[in-house]
Amino acid sequence: MRTIQPSAESTILLLRELVSHLRENRTQLREEWARRITEAQLLTAMTKEEIFAEATSVYDNYVEVLETGSVEALQAYARNLSERIIPRGVETHEVLGIVLLLRDVLARSLFKKYQADFDLLNRVLDAYEPAANRIANTVGVGFVQERERIIRQQQEAIRELSTPVLQVRERLLILPMIGVIDSQRARQLTEQVLRGIRTNRAKVVVMDITGVPAIDSNVANHLVQTVDASRLMGATVIVTGLSPEIAQTLVTIGVDLSKMNTVGDLQGGIEEAERLLGYKVQAEQISG
Amino acid sequence: MEVPILKQGDYLIASIQAALSDEDLLKLRDELADRVGRFRSRGVIVDVTVVDVMDSFASRTLRTTAHMLRLRGAETVIVGIQPEVAFAMVQLGLTLEGVTTMLDLEEGLTFLDQQKKRRAKRAK
Amino acid sequence: MKTATEVQVSIRSDTDIVIARQQARSFAAQLGFSGTDLTIIATAVSEMARNIVIYAGNGEITIEAAQDGAQKGICVIARDRGPGISDVARAMEDGYSTVGSLGLGLPGTKRLVDEFHVVSKVGEGTTVTIKKWRR
Ligand SMILES: Nc1ncnc2c1ncn2[C@@H]1O[C@H](COP(=O)(O)OP(=O)(O)O)[C@@H](O)[C@H]1O
Ligand SMILES: [Mg+2]
Repeated sequence: MRTIQPSAESTILLLRELVSHLRENRTQLREEWARRITEAQLLTAMTKEEIFAEATSVYDNYVEVLETGSVEALQAYARNLSERIIPRGVETHEVLGIVLLLRDVLARSLFKKYQADFDLLNRVLDAYEPAANRIANTVGVGFVQERERIIRQQQEAIRELSTPVLQVRERLLILPMIGVIDSQRARQLTEQVLRGIRTNRAKVVVMDITGVPAIDSNVANHLVQTVDASRLMGATVIVTGLSPEIAQTLVTIGVDLSKMNTVGDLQGGIEEAERLLGYKVQAEQISG
Repeated sequence: MEVPILKQGDYLIASIQAALSDEDLLKLRDELADRVGRFRSRGVIVDVTVVDVMDSFASRTLRTTAHMLRLRGAETVIVGIQPEVAFAMVQLGLTLEGVTTMLDLEEGLTFLDQQKKRRAKRAK
Repeated sequence: MKTATEVQVSIRSDTDIVIARQQARSFAAQLGFSGTDLTIIATAVSEMARNIVIYAGNGEITIEAAQDGAQKGICVIARDRGPGISDVARAMEDGYSTVGSLGLGLPGTKRLVDEFHVVSKVGEGTTVTIKKWRR
């Protein structure tokens, strides 16, 4: 944060004068700003009334920051605003655009007011500029952070969807894994399995990796950790569809495959699971 | 923090109630060893549902406890390890090898009952 | 959003280990860590604090926020003026312990976190620093 230089006192006085100017001309300046926003074709996803309502809030918050020097309220408002407008497709450049427009609208009105006294105008602008930049920065950063947060959330949701944990019968979970698995997704899968064991009171989990082309040692480690952690929770993991390549990776990181419960294919895995759960295997019932 | 130990028939049930210091854990181990001997218990359940950290010391102590109690004739089951705790444990390298672990108290009791039946069958 | 910038816990006995990991957990929660990561951080701190108690007798744990560019996270420093570690490379091996315990404290903690650092000098003491970034 920039500290105000030689004459802090006079800067405060100037800002105070600025604030009362903005308060006095609130109606007119807000309208001017809203007009410029529409003209620049920003916030096209919003109606005129909505734009004016938000413009009013931003304006008031803006004046408050100039008055108090504290951006906390503005930060909260920027987050809240972002939350509301991001789902409607408002882009980063639009948000930065409107804040910069407001800065411009206000600067022009200051020009007009102090044009007779250049020296005073310069001092007013010196006091105004850093504050205005800080405000633009706060709103911009708030928006970008909120956007990133939403994107991260969506990515998580997509990842969870791409490998469902299915309960096929009481106490039996199946995890059909498909596609390339990176470390992050592997970790997420492990957590999903462990939570699934708890919520479904599962005793057996069948992890089918037929659809996984290859894994690196990192992901192989996660697989082993899933098996071990499941056991700590009282559940047995059966791995099915283990390709020779993946088996090789597991051996390379020092996994004793004989200690791992592996079955050729998913069907066999489910039968083994049912045996562990004490159900009669279906084939027996049919022939019997 | 004292860990209450409940006697239920042939079994002892120790439910950890709060974060335990190393000393509390060692006390629990000695207390269980003492009671298994006194009551000739055949099974012990240690319920760790509320335990939010299981580090190498706690794991090692639980493992030695299980071994010690087995020598005195009781099977030990650790129940209630939470998903996050299990995850952290395996990353640290703790797998409680040689110790029976079950989802919860109910599962633990079912397991001990099955063990008892098996033993009875063998005895016949 | 008021977060203390730093928390210090002095470590002298096994009850301080419990305090240190509880402090680490709540500090991490304030920094926005959730679920599994909170448990991981608390577990790592437990190992760090225990090594202080066992090998140095006393020392201190400092917990603070960490930042690296856009990454935000937590930093925990365990400092002691104990005997130091003569062979850090060996101490980092799984199963290596000079007192016959599991020997997983240092290598296991390294696996739990994103950054791990030991500086140790025989006769002067040991400092272990870990960082974990928010996902
Ligand atoms: N703070 C410390 N001061 C001195 N020696 C230490 C310290 N921390 C660890 N060590 C040494 O490193 C070894 C390995 O530590 P660790 O991985 O935590 O396993 P463990 O504590 O089970 O022995 C210890 O046995 C000890 O010799
Ligand atoms: Mg240690």
